[in-house]
Amino acid sequence: MFEDDIAALSTPPGEGGIGIIRLSGHEVIEKVGEIFVPVTGKALSQRHGYTLNLGWIIDQDGSKIDQVLLGIMKAPHSYTGEDVVEINCHGGSMPVRRCLQRCLEAGLRMAEPGEFTKRAFLNGRMELSQAEAVIDIIRAKTDRGLKLAMQQLEGNLGYIEAIEENLLQLNAMVEASLDFPEEVGELDYDEVQTILRQSIVALDQIVAAGVRNEIYRDGVKVVICGKPNVGKSSLLNALLKKEKAIVTDLPGTTRDVVEDYINVHDIPVKIMDTAGIRLTEDLVEKIGVEKSIKVIEQADMLVFMLDSGDGITQADLDIYKMIDRDKLIVFVNKEDLEIKRISTVELDSLFAGVKLIQGSAKNDLGLEELEMAMEEMVLSGTLPGDGLDIMINLRQKDALLRSREQVESALQSLRQVTADCLGVDIWGALETLGEVSGKTLKEEVINRIFHNFCIGK
Amino acid sequence: MVYEAGKYEVVVIGAGHAGCEAALASARMGCSTLLVTMSVEYIALMPCNPSIGGPAKAQLVREIDALGGEMGINIDKSSIQMRLINTGKGPAVQALRAQADKHEYGREMIKTILGQEKLQLLMAEVEKIESEDGEVKAIVTRTGARYECQTVVVTSGTYLKGRIIAGEVMYDGGPGNQFPAVKLSDNLQEMGIKLGRFKTGTPPRIDRKTVDFSKMVEHPGDSVPWRFSFISAPPTQAQLPCWLTHSTPETHRIVMDNIARAPLFTGVIKGKGPRYCPSFEDKVVRFAHKTSHQLFIEPEGRDTDEMYVQGLNTSLPEDVQIQVLHSIPGLEHVHMMRTGYAIEYDYVIPTQAQLTLESKVISGLFTAGQINGTSGYEEAAAQGLMAGINAALRVQHREPFILKRSEAFIGVMIDDLVTKEADEPYRLLTSRAEYRLLLRQDNADLRLTEKGKQLGLVDDYRWKLFQTKLKLLEEATQALKTTTFTPADTEVEKFLIGKASALLRDRISLWEMLRRPELTIQDFVEQGWLKTSGHEILEQLEIQAKYEGYINKQKEQVQRFERMENKRIPADIDYHGVYSLSNEALQKLKEIRPQSIGHASRISGVTPADINILLIFLEKRRN
Repeated sequence: MFEDDIAALSTPPGEGGIGIIRLSGHEVIEKVGEIFVPVTGKALSQRHGYTLNLGWIIDQDGSKIDQVLLGIMKAPHSYTGEDVVEINCHGGSMPVRRCLQRCLEAGLRMAEPGEFTKRAFLNGRMELSQAEAVIDIIRAKTDRGLKLAMQQLEGNLGYIEAIEENLLQLNAMVEASLDFPEEVGELDYDEVQTILRQSIVALDQIVAAGVRNEIYRDGVKVVICGKPNVGKSSLLNALLKKEKAIVTDLPGTTRDVVEDYINVHDIPVKIMDTAGIRLTEDLVEKIGVEKSIKVIEQADMLVFMLDSGDGITQADLDIYKMIDRDKLIVFVNKEDLEIKRISTVELDSLFAGVKLIQGSAKNDLGLEELEMAMEEMVLSGTLPGDGLDIMINLRQKDALLRSREQVESALQSLRQVTADCLGVDIWGALETLGEVSGKTLKEEVINRIFHNFCIGK
Repeated sequence: MVYEAGKYEVVVIGAGHAGCEAALASARMGCSTLLVTMSVEYIALMPCNPSIGGPAKAQLVREIDALGGEMGINIDKSSIQMRLINTGKGPAVQALRAQADKHEYGREMIKTILGQEKLQLLMAEVEKIESEDGEVKAIVTRTGARYECQTVVVTSGTYLKGRIIAGEVMYDGGPGNQFPAVKLSDNLQEMGIKLGRFKTGTPPRIDRKTVDFSKMVEHPGDSVPWRFSFISAPPTQAQLPCWLTHSTPETHRIVMDNIARAPLFTGVIKGKGPRYCPSFEDKVVRFAHKTSHQLFIEPEGRDTDEMYVQGLNTSLPEDVQIQVLHSIPGLEHVHMMRTGYAIEYDYVIPTQAQLTLESKVISGLFTAGQINGTSGYEEAAAQGLMAGINAALRVQHREPFILKRSEAFIGVMIDDLVTKEADEPYRLLTSRAEYRLLLRQDNADLRLTEKGKQLGLVDDYRWKLFQTKLKLLEEATQALKTTTFTPADTEVEKFLIGKASALLRDRISLWEMLRRPELTIQDFVEQGWLKTSGHEILEQLEIQAKYEGYINKQKEQVQRFERMENKRIPADIDYHGVYSLSNEALQKLKEIRPQSIGHASRISGVTPADINILLIFLEKRRN
């Protein structure tokens, strides 16, 4: 636990220009080398300390996530005294989060609060007085964090306990057949398979519930888009119920991306208005348009607006082409106008299968319907958590996923490897799960053996 | 009247399995050693199940052997049957098990002891261990003999204030109707050593001539000539079978009808018994839904008619035991030669010992075996070996010898003993080892022979055999790794088709091919691709190749483990000066005095937060 490679976000989360992820540990350079592709030159492991290296953080399938600058500081000449890597991402919470996720996938774990500083002190890079301050922080965070964790766990514990129980029984079964073969007999592989499968279902459920609740904790990004003057800023303001964006009648007024959070049925939704996209010579407007396009690409959900009075124009179709149809709501605005130029037939043919709302931003029409549609769409991508009211943090999620991996590994190799190898994964799954609740479970397995099985000569 | 009887560097009290190993090790390392026993006739006695080995225990025996201890060699000389347990469950849990000729085992051990240079056997009861300024000085026997010594290894087994209980009958006694050791127990307490009380039990013994074997299932030994020791010659005598029978509902009824007379339930027995060795009455009560429990009838030797009823460990009254026996198929007319009984005994709470098995209370005093609250002959022997080694090292002013959890089952056991609180006798299980895949019975010699050599316990014969084996292994490994085939090899193609194995797509080495579950190294030998070099070598290579993935996984885990084990905690640390340790951690750390951060983290009650604080404190100290 104390010898792990750790990672953490070093800059405040949000929409800053640069996001820095800091890594520290014995094997960080090697591990980052697996997820980083340099633009030119030698592999990461051959670079010198105190260098900045340009390259790409890549996904599991090799696709590029973000272009980054990688700072390498070799032990002992670094903040913590261990090898340190600082990944300078492009900012915006999306790429930074993805990069951090990749680091975890490469085998690092999230750092505890103050852990970098603690290591700096342990490795003699920092003074005593600074470290004493750290101890206070750790302790305070622990007491409070403990209370918070306990509060969370009050809710969580039941669900983790059920899986723990299953895996305990499984471990007892396997170990009993290995240590007391004559009394207990052969392992029932069918039963083992059943329990493993049940565990995966249960683990997936918890993670799904957690992910779903992450949405309640982290929020979603909804982007309003459409051609200039279709009423995007009006819609944003209507949803915000206050003036935020600048609304004029001239097309191209909103130069920039305006954003704010609203509470949509307990989901924090970040609604972003965009400059009306059109071909323009105006440089400032052009920059605004480019930014908007980027924002659309990164949205969790899109609200595509049409002007009822204008009908469906080529400009609308051009924009629609750019949109990912998956998470899309079409809002036909200005239904308050006398003359409507969009027919139901047109709508049906163009937007078959897409959620359609007709309303008027100016007159507060269709807004409630829009909010409900947003909620439904945001949550629809997630598995139902069966009403599990769980909040899991990244560290817990990490442990749950690792445990699941080990259960999966056991399942895959079930009838192909010998029982002792199987035991490695089966015990591993339980031990990792124990990290979530903070228990050491080895003695408990031994207790179960004697409780469940009649052993003894 | 106390008189000066002599001077020895090491005195071993008790010649059971632990004592014999301790005494032999100490003498072989060059220390003058006195082995004191209350009964010369019962040296290396097996008061309970006359068998050696089984899961986890076989690993211990192999490790003892690799280090130059005696148990493996001794059981090879005196076994009546050998079987390999857990075949097909993987090499990490495969375990050899031998039924012993009980008397032969003892006789062979006595021969070895009597023939050992620097080792002197004495029949006496030790009543007192003298110490001065917290250090051992001498021992004094009941008949007044005082022997000056530098170290004492107490391996008194279950004799300390032993009390026999069979039904309503109770009397002070050691196992096998010997005298108990009473004064020594008091002496230890006077020295400040805390004692606890455990109980264990043994089943009745029956007369072979009165057993009806036709009603039972025969269990012969394996036809493969297994050996425990890495240097033993193959066996010469034929094996004897064991017999399987079972209890019946009638048996259970008899037990339940008399349960009021069972000491376990009348509260007469105060000591805690082991869960993995429950008495028969305990089994009947706890697993009431089971209509029968299996029982093995085991011969106790080639030249005795006594047979051991395994699974019928009991302290029921004698008359009930006879009824119980007669209700078992095959035992309807059996004559009971010895009564089963429970024995209660004092033991030394092992958290008072260091990892070297030297006491933290009295320096120069070592405890090993059942006196430390363990059960099992193998557990005892392993501790005895380690205690004897460390006693000798102490005399010779050399560094102590400690095995890590990642190096041997012996290491797992001793680390558990001195770290954990036990409320029952400790028995080794393979599941207690985190790195079970690395600590196999087949590679004990590869792990430990060299260490045994450095200690001076590995003789030239063993060392030469070992060097030869290493060379053969190296050659064969190279052969496997450098012999390659391509998809163009038609001979290989034919072979693979014959084995329903996938055809080659690239160049592949024999080593990589061996990973396939459907291929064996024997196949390669038969094909002429690999020179045969003995079963042991072939087996070792096959295991290393087939389990490479999992083995490497465990090796990585070991690396992380060892980094924590190498963070030493100074011996003179004052835990009261460690700011903001939790109370429980403070207590436990003071009591157990772990040598490393890794060790500290295994103590129950010491949380990760406490470890953090300890780390910071140590850094402070370093500056």
